[in-house]
Amino acid sequence: MSAELIPYITEARPDTGLTNGKIGIWCFLASEVMLFGAFFASYIVLRTSAAEWPHGSSILNVPMATLNTVVLITSSVTMVMAWASLMRNDMGKYRLFLGTTVALGFCFCIIKYFEYSAKFEHNLLPHTHNFIALYFIMTGLHAAHVIGGMITNAYFLVAAPSYLEHDRDLLINRVENSGLFWHFVDLVWIFLFPILYLL
Amino acid sequence: MASSAGHAGHAGHDPAEIDKHVRTYIIVFATLLVLTFVTVAVSYLHLSIGAAVAVALAVASFKASLVALFFMHLISERQVILMILGLTVAFAVVLLVLPFITNLDHITAANMPAAMTHGAPAAPGAHH
Repeated sequence: MSAELIPYITEARPDTGLTNGKIGIWCFLASEVMLFGAFFASYIVLRTSAAEWPHGSSILNVPMATLNTVVLITSSVTMVMAWASLMRNDMGKYRLFLGTTVALGFCFCIIKYFEYSAKFEHNLLPHTHNFIALYFIMTGLHAAHVIGGMITNAYFLVAAPSYLEHDRDLLINRVENSGLFWHFVDLVWIFLFPILYLL
Repeated sequence: MASSAGHAGHAGHDPAEIDKHVRTYIIVFATLLVLTFVTVAVSYLHLSIGAAVAVALAVASFKASLVALFFMHLISERQVILMILGLTVAFAVVLLVLPFITNLDHITAANMPAAMTHGAPAAPGAHH
């Protein structure tokens, strides 16, 4: 039924050679680049115009952030492995890898919770300094994306049997698009980590 | 993630091709891990701020390229996606370069109140 309402969700459009979902997710990611780009631009303005600026490692916890980087990179691999397992029709591995992706996203949030708690304990709040304000806004926005990705991936973990009954190709396309979002979240963190913690 | 290649359906995907992809993912994963530790190690070398920024952004850009090319499969993506991304990158560069251009405006900066250039009180660990 949905295929009649929204065309080209499983088969490619003849003119673009892509499904509409694929074009849609990339347009969405393009808007996300500009969203995070605005915050990176704010960071540049505030840092270059400040008389003094703290070194990230003097305030933030670098080992915890490094661990979070490893967690997120690992989750990107498990995400792509989940897609590969789905392509092979190996549902056991699909569930294992996608479940691990969601679990790693959860680990990321737990580590972030401990990081935030330490800042609150030391009274390092957004009003304390522009650096702290940027830290909370940028990592908070990123964490919100992690949570959004976790919810989407958890849905495709639970709903997979229902999809398989009706349209396997649709599930593959949607897991692929969900994966693109998840990799984008990883990609943003790759820049956030050195800019906030190491410079 | 998947190379689009038009996906009229996925049933015809060659298992050997998927195995090849999986091997690539593992190599990229290992490279990303190594580069993460390189980034952290370089931060302990106490380079000048200019050199530190250059190295950190170069490594981050390389890591991001690996993710985009192999995990997001841009390496084999359709031209229309590359066009969307090309346009996005162009606008993102303008967005990031504009702040630097404002710093070249010495006339306004000279007449700006000190509070606007000095910002909020220093945080712990602050340096010039």
